[in-house]
Formats: sequence, structure tokens, C-alpha cells
Amino acid sequence: MSNSRSETAAPKKKDDRSTDPLRPSDHVDGSGPDIESPRLGVVGWLRWGWRQLTSMRTALVLLLILAIAAIPGSIFPQRMADPNGVTQWKADHPDLFPILDSMQLFDVYLSAWFSAIYLLLFLSLVGCVIPRIKHHAKALRSLPPRTPVRLQRLDDHRESTRTVTGSDPRAAAEQAVAIAQKQLRALRYRVERYDDARGFSVSAERGYARETGNLIFHLALLGVLVSVGVGGSFAYTGQRVVVEGTTFVNTLLDYSSMNRGRFVSDDALAPYRMTLDSFDVTYQPYDPGKASSGQAGDFSANVTASAPGEEAHKAAVVVNHPLGIAGDRVYLLGNGYAPTITVRNAKGDVVFHDSVPFLPQNNATMTSLGVVKVPDGLPKQLGMVGFFYPTAAALSTGAFTSAYPDLINPLLTLNVYAGDLGIDDGTPRSVYVLDPTRMTQLTGGKTGVKSLELAPGETAQLPDGMGSVTFDNEAPQSAKDYRESVKRYVSLQIHHDPSEQWVLVFAGLAVLGLVLALFVPRRRMWVKASVVDGAVRLEYAGLARGEDPTLAAAVDDLLAGHARLLDADGGTAAVPEPEPSVAEPVPGNSPEAAPTSEDEPDDSGRFDTLGDR
Amino acid sequence: MNFDSMSILTIWTAIAIYAGAFIAYALDLGKRSQVASDAKFGTADVLERELVGAGVGGSSSVVRGAGSAGSDAATTEAAPRFVMARIGTALATLGFLFHLAGEVLRGIAAGRVPWSNMYEFAMTGTLLIIAVYLAVNIWFDLKFLGTFILGLVVVLLGGAATGFYVQVVPLSDPLKSVWLVIHVFVASLGTAFFALAFALSVFQLLQARREAKILAKAEKTGPRFLGTLPGSERLEGLAYRFATIGFIFWTFTLIAGAIWANDAWGRYWGFDTKETWTFIIWVLYAGYIHARATRGWRGSRSAWLSIVGFSAVLFNFTIVNMFFKGLHVYSGLS
Ligand code: HEM
Repeated sequence: MSNSRSETAAPKKKDDRSTDPLRPSDHVDGSGPDIESPRLGVVGWLRWGWRQLTSMRTALVLLLILAIAAIPGSIFPQRMADPNGVTQWKADHPDLFPILDSMQLFDVYLSAWFSAIYLLLFLSLVGCVIPRIKHHAKALRSLPPRTPVRLQRLDDHRESTRTVTGSDPRAAAEQAVAIAQKQLRALRYRVERYDDARGFSVSAERGYARETGNLIFHLALLGVLVSVGVGGSFAYTGQRVVVEGTTFVNTLLDYSSMNRGRFVSDDALAPYRMTLDSFDVTYQPYDPGKASSGQAGDFSANVTASAPGEEAHKAAVVVNHPLGIAGDRVYLLGNGYAPTITVRNAKGDVVFHDSVPFLPQNNATMTSLGVVKVPDGLPKQLGMVGFFYPTAAALSTGAFTSAYPDLINPLLTLNVYAGDLGIDDGTPRSVYVLDPTRMTQLTGGKTGVKSLELAPGETAQLPDGMGSVTFDNEAPQSAKDYRESVKRYVSLQIHHDPSEQWVLVFAGLAVLGLVLALFVPRRRMWVKASVVDGAVRLEYAGLARGEDPTLAAAVDDLLAGHARLLDADGGTAAVPEPEPSVAEPVPGNSPEAAPTSEDEPDDSGRFDTLGDR
Repeated sequence: MNFDSMSILTIWTAIAIYAGAFIAYALDLGKRSQVASDAKFGTADVLERELVGAGVGGSSSVVRGAGSAGSDAATTEAAPRFVMARIGTALATLGFLFHLAGEVLRGIAAGRVPWSNMYEFAMTGTLLIIAVYLAVNIWFDLKFLGTFILGLVVVLLGGAATGFYVQVVPLSDPLKSVWLVIHVFVASLGTAFFALAFALSVFQLLQARREAKILAKAEKTGPRFLGTLPGSERLEGLAYRFATIGFIFWTFTLIAGAIWANDAWGRYWGFDTKETWTFIIWVLYAGYIHARATRGWRGSRSAWLSIVGFSAVLFNFTIVNMFFKGLHVYSGLS
């Protein structure tokens, strides 16, 4: 924490800096604000602008702006996540919508302004990281810095004095430093000896992985961004509804909707086939007293899949377990009922026969809505809007509702329209929507004629003797109830994104880098031995680069370990004083310059004193 | 009586005990004010010392094994033992045991990990806040945070038990995944660390204000119990440490969530509202970590970022869960 103070306390020669991590100039550990104002001229201004862009402050401010800019996307519905929500919002606020839309508030994460923020942030990141990589590569190859002359000026400084057992105090001092050197190397410090006439010393540094981790982290973020950006161009996502018993082929034609990246060619899709054999679902038993009543689960779309050049095989598409096939992943997005409906004309010829997917209007009861369009074979084009109730129950108003999502008492009601379906002129129309503008309603609503009501297997006559409608029962002859009477359908999403792995790898690297950068302590240690009055005076000091809550404990450990090693060595002996760690004033230094550790007032603010275990 | 009703009972017991712990801690702060004013505050020397974080009287209990100048001063005076704080911690521990029992019982009742709707998220999240608070107190004496942490937990857990309670229902299909176990648990753990960092940052701001007043030789220097707390720089250092741990968990949460989304929803990232807020929180804390390293932002400004970050965490948990539309419809509330 008190790096800035340590910084000033530690006298530095220029070459000492070479192993310090390089920081932007406004880093708390940095070299200070650039007072030099830009020289007039393009180059000067450019350089100034670049320095601003790659400063810590800019990175910080851009991060905060990014956080704020992401908020509107959670308030307004987004086209990419919730297109129906956008349509709804537009309908609810017709006046406000165009204004907000022009501000791209419904496409926040693709908007020009959001992109500008994160691109600037990453530009800043690149500009910040490149010089640091160069610098760090050099630091990794350089030696620990020269031992400061006045170690006692450092915050974490200890001293001890030992008597010499032999006859040569200088040799004993040298031996003590040699032992410390070994000790530090065993602690995975990089060490270098700096001996001179006044004494012996070893300088040690460790924790280069901290800076390495920081650089890996920032580069990994860049990697994630690039993977996502590039990956999108090679990705495709398509949706497709498949009814039980039918087959889906992975070709562009067979999709109901498809989003594909710029570099996905028309023939990029592997033409595998999938037949939906059956769809499983379980419902919690009916019990109005329980919140779980009717809850659906254990969805499983059981398919027979055959990739080109492969045997057909059975497989299942289950939520959380997408099916991998030919490099694609197939997801189960939704399900519903697809009542089989047959329409015959007055002569009894079949003019329509299909299982029509109905959209669930309520997932708890599976009341579903569907549309049947019969363009040919009848005097007029016919449209029918139908409600399907898996377990029909009549409300007091006479309207129907569904009481349970499973097929207990299935009922299909149909409102019949005749006229022009509006599909002949080639205008694309949703199969789920009937446009009644040029049609006349014949049953239901205000017509005064009751809607057609059909249970599975039943047939009703169309108005005006046009023909008949049958709600086919799909259950086998032997079935005793309705459980299999109506086919189900699934909506599948087919997704292909080759960049996923890369995103994951970079995300993993980011975590790794983060852990290194935050928890590896980067620190320097010095051990110095000199001969004072025939005894060996030992000094220990540590200096943290960045946050290092355990530095003080580390210096203590170093001292204790060193004392043990020296005791074992026998060249010196501990002074039999009660408090060997209390330093004596250093000869030749004024008392102010060499405060004893006792009244050292500068032991402030660091939380390393909390770092005990 | 089934497991779920037993769980409810133990949870309410835990809430009651926590409330007791909260009161004990509050009395402790009151007591501290006394201690702080009893201590000799006249001399500039004492003020200086306590400014640098070795609080008079407090240091022996706040900073264990501090070898610095301040503790010498403290050991010569009778070091007060903050009995109320100890009672608070004992009660918090007892409450935690009930809370844990409630959590386990709910898990048994449901036959799965008990964190799959808002009631259970709140139950688990607050359990972890207390767990982390108690665990951290083994290493550092942070009992002065007790009022704050226990108050927060009583409000959150009590609010969840009254407002968010839902019956045990089977998991919906998207939740049937190992990632439910990992992702939600790690998110709650990250939240617990952010909560501690948040509390420390609040105290840091209070302490910084007080220090500024002392330096300005002001008459009134604010709440007196602050005199028994570590200095603002040390509080900041601790807050930073917990925030970084929380940040790593949060980063992991983000990634685990993306992996899960890729299995359950067919894409790893889609700016769903909940995803968006998780991202916003991540960016805010990245900003906080940067701020700590930026000249002019260290200190009180960065503390505000920690506070904003945790507010976003709470917002994400409550408002976003309940009112924002999205794929994460797991509050269990209708
Ligand atoms: C995508 C945007 C960024 C994010 C999410 C981010 C995040 C982080 C995080 C989490 C840390 C703490 C971990 C560590 O110490 O390595 C950090 C540290 C750091 N970042 Fe960034 N960063 C971003 C951009 C930048 C930029 C543009 C710069 C250059 C101006 C920068 C410079 C630094 C520096 C110098 C540190 C070390 C701080 C210290 O000494 O403690 N970062 N960043």
C-alpha cells in the first residue's frame, strides 16, 4: 500500500527501474504526471493523445462508462434477445419508439456508441499492454537491483548482530551472506551478490509471475473479444419446428428462420437428417393445493439421426444436453401440440390434411393457438383460427380453458373464415397468423354461429355445406384414453459456432492470469552483512511492488530462517541479548537517518501488520 | 412435520439469534465510543498514532500480533476486551448453525441443492456471508463489521423468509445441471466477499472523514467508536483484498454461466438481462481494482466504487430478478 512512500524511501538508481513493472504514468506506482506539455505540431499532439488514451485514468473512466452504457439494454427489450418484446414495446409506445430506436436503444450491444466505448477501451488496452510486454521481457532477463545503501529506510527492515566464533569477521560476514543467498534461491528468488568494501550483500527479487499474469489477463480479454468478433462471421443459428413422425434435413431450405455469419456459404451446412420419433414429457400430478401441480419437465426429443456417411442412430435432444452432430449442436427450445386436421370438400375429397403446430399461449396449461389455411379445393379460400385445450374445462362464462397441460380431455375449437387468404400475391405470411381483412367470419365471435368444437376423432360440418373438418385421433386403435391422441412437435435450434472453444480458452487464461496477478507477491529482499566492532551486523529488508500484505511476515521468516542456518553453520553465534532484533545506531549515520525500529514512526497504513497467520 | 417446515422453523430461529447478535454488536460499538473517549486523546502524538492505524486501545484486539509502535502504547494501558463483540460473535456462530441446519433441511426436503429460487438464493447467499465473515474473523479481528453484516443478513434473510418463500417444487429442466451447483454457489460466495468489502469500504469512508477532521484539528470528529478501528488505509487494504477475492469468484461465475447458457439456451452469451447485470458488476469491480492503482482515485473515490459495485449486486439480486424480463425466470415468484 505504501509503495509510493517506499519508492521515495528506497534510493533508486536509474538501472534499478529496469525490473520494476512498467506502469502508465498516472499509476500510483508510476513515474508521475507528465509535466511536459505537448509540443505544437501534429506529432506532438498525437503523442499526447496516445498517452492520454493509454493512461490508467482513461482505462478506468472507459470501464465505468461501459458499465453505465450496458444498463439501457437491460431496461429496453433488445432485438437480439427479445424481438417480440420490441414489437410489443413499439405497439405500446408508438410515439416514443422511433426516437429511442434512432438512438439504437433496442440494439444497445450492437450500437455505434456501445461499440465505440469498448473499442476505445481495447485500443487503450493494446496501447497500454504492448510497452509493458517489451519492458517485462527485458525485466525477466535482468538482474535484481543493486542493494540500497540505506536499507534501514525501508518500511520492512530488521537487524541483528552476531558474534564471530572464528578469527576472521570479514570471512564470517561473507559466509553469512552466502548462506542467505542460498536460502533466498531456495525460496525461488532470483539473486545477485553486491559486495563492496563496506560489506557484503545479496539482492533478491521474486514474483515476476505477477506481471506475467497481469499481461496474460489483459491479452486474454483481447483474445475473447477477437474470438467473439471473428467467430460471429463463421457462425450460424437456425430454428426449425419438427412434428412427431416427420424428418428435418439440414439445408437452408428446411429452416423456418436462419441467421448466418458473413463467411457462412450456402453449402456450408452438412446435409444430415433427423426424424422426430417421439417427444417425452412428464407432468407433475394435478393438485390445486400444490405449486408444482402440472409442472412439465424431463423433456426429451427422441430422434433418429443420420449424418452423411454415417449409420442412422437413435439419439435424444434434451435440455442442457444438446445433441452434437456434424459439428453442429442441436438444442431443444420448445414444444407443443400439433393437432392433425383433415378438411374435406362437399364431395368428400380431402383438400387438407396435416398436423398443425399450435403455439402454447400458457405454458402451465398448454392452451394453444393455431391457424389452418386451406387455399385450394373449396369454393372459397378457407382459414380457421383454432384453440386447443389439452384438458378442456368450461368456465362459468361458457368459454373454455385448459385445466392441465396433459391430454386428459382434449378439445379443439375452430373459428372459420372464408374469402381471400392474401397469400396468392407472394407476400410472405406467417403460418401462425391469419389476416382476416379480406375474409368473412362464419363461426364464433359475433357471427352468432357457434365455433366448431371437436374432440379427437370427431368431425364437424363446415357452414354453408362447404364440406367437413375432422380432428384426427392419432392414438392406436387399442388406446383407452386420449394420452396419445394428439401429436406433439418440438422446436429445435441448430447452432454452429467454431469460435466457442477459443472463447473458452481465452476466458480460462484470463482467470489464470488474474489469479497470478492478484495473489503472487512481487517483492525484493536484501540481506546485508558488515563488520561492526568485530561482530557481524546483519540487515534484512523487503520492498513490495504492488499489493503485498504478507511482506512483513516474509521478512520475519527470512530473518528467523537465516538465524537457524547460521546457528547450524557455526561461523557466528547469536548475541545472548534479550532482544537481538533491536538495532544499534549505525555508525557514521546521524540518528535521524537511522531510526531504530522501535520508534520508527513510518510504519503506517500498511496492512502487512495484519498479515499474520 | 416435514423437512421443509422444519427448515422454516430453524431459519426463523436463526433470524432471531442473528437479531440478538446484531444488538450485541451494536452495543459493542456504543461501548467502543466510551473506550475511545476514555482514552487520552489530547496529545498530537496519540492522534498521529491512531491516524496511522494503530488505534489506541483497539490495536491489540484489532491487529493481532502487530509489531508496530502503536501496540506498545496499547499494551501499557489495559486493553479493553470488547465483551459485547464476543457475545455478538458467539451468537452469530450459533445463528449460523441454525441457518446451516435450515439450509440442509431445505435441501433434503427438495432432494437437490437448496439454491434454485429467490428464497433459496437469499438463504444460501446470507449463509455464505455469515460463513465468510466468521471465517475471516479467525485471521483478522473484524468484529467491528458485525453490526453492519448482521444487520444486512437479518434484513435480507428476514425479507426473503417473509416475501420470497415458495414451496419446494421440482426443478425446471434448464436448472437440471451440475452448473446449478457450481455457478450459483460460486456467485453466492463472490457476493459474500463483496459484502465484506462493501462494509469495509463504508467504514473506510467514515474513517477517512474522521482522519481529515483530526488533521484539520476539528472539534467534532464524528462517531467516536471509529477511534478503536484500524485507520482508513488499512481498511482500504482489507476491502481491496476481499474485493479481489470476490472478483475472481465473480469472473468464474460469469464464465460458468456462459458455459451453462451454451448448454441450456443454445448460446454462451446473449445479453439477457441477468447476464447483462452480471457483466455490469464485473466491469464495475474491474473499475474498482483499477481505481486502486490510479493516482487520484485511490482512497475514498475507489471506496465509492466498491459501494456502487455492491449496490449493483443487490440490485441484480432483487430488482432484476423480480421485475426485469429475461430468460432467468427463476425467482419462483409469480
Ligand atoms: C477491458 C478492459 C480492462 C479490464 C476488464 C481490466 C481489468 C483489470 C483487472 C481485473 C486488473 C487487476 C488484476 C491485475 O492486477 O492484473 C487490472 C490491472 C491492471 N490494468 Fe487493467 N483492465 C482493462 C484495461 C486496461 C487498460 C486499458 C489498461 C492501461 C491503461 C490497464 C492497465 C492495468 C494495469 C497497469 C493494472 C495493474 C494494476 C496494479 O498495479 O494493481 N488495464 N486490470
